Amino acid sequence: MQVSSNLFKQNARAQLANERVQKALRNAKGKLVVARARSILELDNFEEIRDAAARIRDFALQHMDVLLEEWEKRAEAAGTIVHWARTPQEVNELVLEIARKHGVRKIIKSKSMLGEETNLNHALEDAGLDVRETDLGEYIIQQFGETPSHIIAPAVHKSKDDIADLFATKHKRPRLNDITALTHEAREILRPHFLDADMGISGANFLVAETGSTMIVTNEGNGRMTTTLPRVHVAITGIEKVVPTLEDTALLLRLLTRSATGQSISNYLSFTTGPKRPRDTEGPTEFHVIIVDAGRTKVLASEIREALRCIRCGACMNHCPVYQNIGGHAYGWVYPGPIGSILTPAYVGIENAIDLPNASTLCNQCGVVCPVKIPLPDLMRKLREQQVNKKLRPWSERAGLRLWTWAATRPLAYAMLARMAARMGKWLGGRHGLLRRLPGSGSEWTSGRDLPAPQGKTFRDLYARQKRSAR
Amino acid sequence: MKVGLFVTCLVDLMRPSIGFASLKLLESAGYEVIVPTGQTCCGQPGYNSGDRLAAQALAKKLIDEFATCDYIVVPSGSCGGMIRAHYPELLAEFPEFSDAVQSIAQKTYELTDFLVNVAHIANVPGRFQGSVTYHDSCSGLREMNVKAQPRILLSKVDGLSLREMHQPEQCCGFGGTFAVKYGDISSRIADLKCEDVQSVGADALVLGDLGCMLNIEGRLRRRGDGDTRVLHIAEVLAGMTEDLRASSGAKA
Repeated sequence: MQVSSNLFKQNARAQLANERVQKALRNAKGKLVVARARSILELDNFEEIRDAAARIRDFALQHMDVLLEEWEKRAEAAGTIVHWARTPQEVNELVLEIARKHGVRKIIKSKSMLGEETNLNHALEDAGLDVRETDLGEYIIQQFGETPSHIIAPAVHKSKDDIADLFATKHKRPRLNDITALTHEAREILRPHFLDADMGISGANFLVAETGSTMIVTNEGNGRMTTTLPRVHVAITGIEKVVPTLEDTALLLRLLTRSATGQSISNYLSFTTGPKRPRDTEGPTEFHVIIVDAGRTKVLASEIREALRCIRCGACMNHCPVYQNIGGHAYGWVYPGPIGSILTPAYVGIENAIDLPNASTLCNQCGVVCPVKIPLPDLMRKLREQQVNKKLRPWSERAGLRLWTWAATRPLAYAMLARMAARMGKWLGGRHGLLRRLPGSGSEWTSGRDLPAPQGKTFRDLYARQKRSAR
Repeated sequence: MKVGLFVTCLVDLMRPSIGFASLKLLESAGYEVIVPTGQTCCGQPGYNSGDRLAAQALAKKLIDEFATCDYIVVPSGSCGGMIRAHYPELLAEFPEFSDAVQSIAQKTYELTDFLVNVAHIANVPGRFQGSVTYHDSCSGLREMNVKAQPRILLSKVDGLSLREMHQPEQCCGFGGTFAVKYGDISSRIADLKCEDVQSVGADALVLGDLGCMLNIEGRLRRRGDGDTRVLHIAEVLAGMTEDLRASSGAKA
């Protein structure tokens, strides 16, 4: 996907002003937050499971090399053809090569955020292939010609009306008004494509080292059909998705679906271990898995390594006050919200996503809901430190901080400056005690708020006076 | 027992009444309170802006200033959280500070947490005729576990009734420098908080962090709400809300 993260501020402003997006976001926010809160109550030891999940993910990251080799050995034994890709480009080239080898013309896809990272659809279309997204949300987004705004609910920024209009235009059928009817229509349109596609592409939620399987978590059944119907299947997934055992997978799943949609389990859990065997009734005749680095080993070796624990539930964005108000597109790349504010600079370059680690109140609502306990605010702070160390912050901010530190480490000078500021602020605040317009970066404050004026004297001066008169 | 009061830079500059209210509460709970006069800032702005060196300088300064205190009490969840939750990481590369950091992290308390869980106070001096709603500031709630303490204390205030918001734990959008880096987003988040506050219809919004106070009050006033008072919990508990009304001349 093209990176537009450095246009964050203006894109966020546009999203704030977009009434349709705002309405859709408010609607979705309530639902996912409430659903998660309700479903975690089913578990009486939710916090212990979170601790265990974080340990499993850390163990997997710690022993990633061994686990991946173990996974590869088992997968190959089951007949899977394993490929390794260092870069996004290599992923696309590998998929194209497999498609060419099999004379593929039509491809159906189940959801893959990694595919968004590599711009896979464009690469395939440029090679003349017909690519259909089959996840309902992804299908809608593809029809709009947009990009996902959420990792599990890609069309969350669209309202029912937006989709009704889209379907009427694209499907050339009468406009429907009911969500179930719209879903049925999409299903009808998609069904023939499932049946005549030559190749299926999916991602993987986990790679199970113990069995050499890939597994996907879905709700619509499209994933199951994508992995079983076409004669060739290609699963693409990041190296960090490996987990040791099926039991570990089961534990992570208890948290994943609850954190994502508030379901105790998703409608489908599909484990794929190699291609169709002689006595199987269904399955692809060739099953390829592409294991992808694309920046992950760099993160693994860095101070933000914990970000790789992520199991892609989306809870951090659902609960983020910033995401809730601006949606996902403003973040400018594949992963929005708190986890995106860490992964984006890590994968596309810190200088290409300057705003993201800063565009957070550090309220830590993301950290407390993360099922694998990624300390998201701490990681954002680490990236802020990297920006300062690489001198990527604007000079005005650097000068401001330097001045603040200079004064705050010199109590006498500080007392005098504070005294002046308190007095001047009170005077400017006038009768109502409100500052309505401030210059410089203060204008960011007063563009939407007043600033209650200071009371006029500093605490230290008043306290010193009180002490003197008490003597 | 000697309690050091860290008033915070915002209280010193903007709203000293919170400092005096804290002082009154601690003294009436029977503590000897000292207020180191050279105190300035806990280092949070630097820390959260990625300026680690600046934050370290200020953290060391604060540790020295409060070294002789048995407790350090802060009328702010975020400054308290800075000391308790972040100083250990911030100063990790200075082993000579590790004992001092551990010690200060253990003896630092947010004001209401201290009054309830250390001082075990039975009564508060404050009286307040009317209803209030309480906003849980993020750092207080999620770094200092301040949730029940302010409510326990408010229930002891004569005449006061507490009405809860729909989402008292939702961030107000302040976020320190976030508020001046991303003013549009910050104001929009504050807007939702204001709607929640107003839908409760309480006479006052009470909270424990001056940053959030300035943000929410600023947005309430800009929205044309001049009636809902915005008060720090220390001011309410200490019974200083009428003085505030008198001294400000206009509606505070």
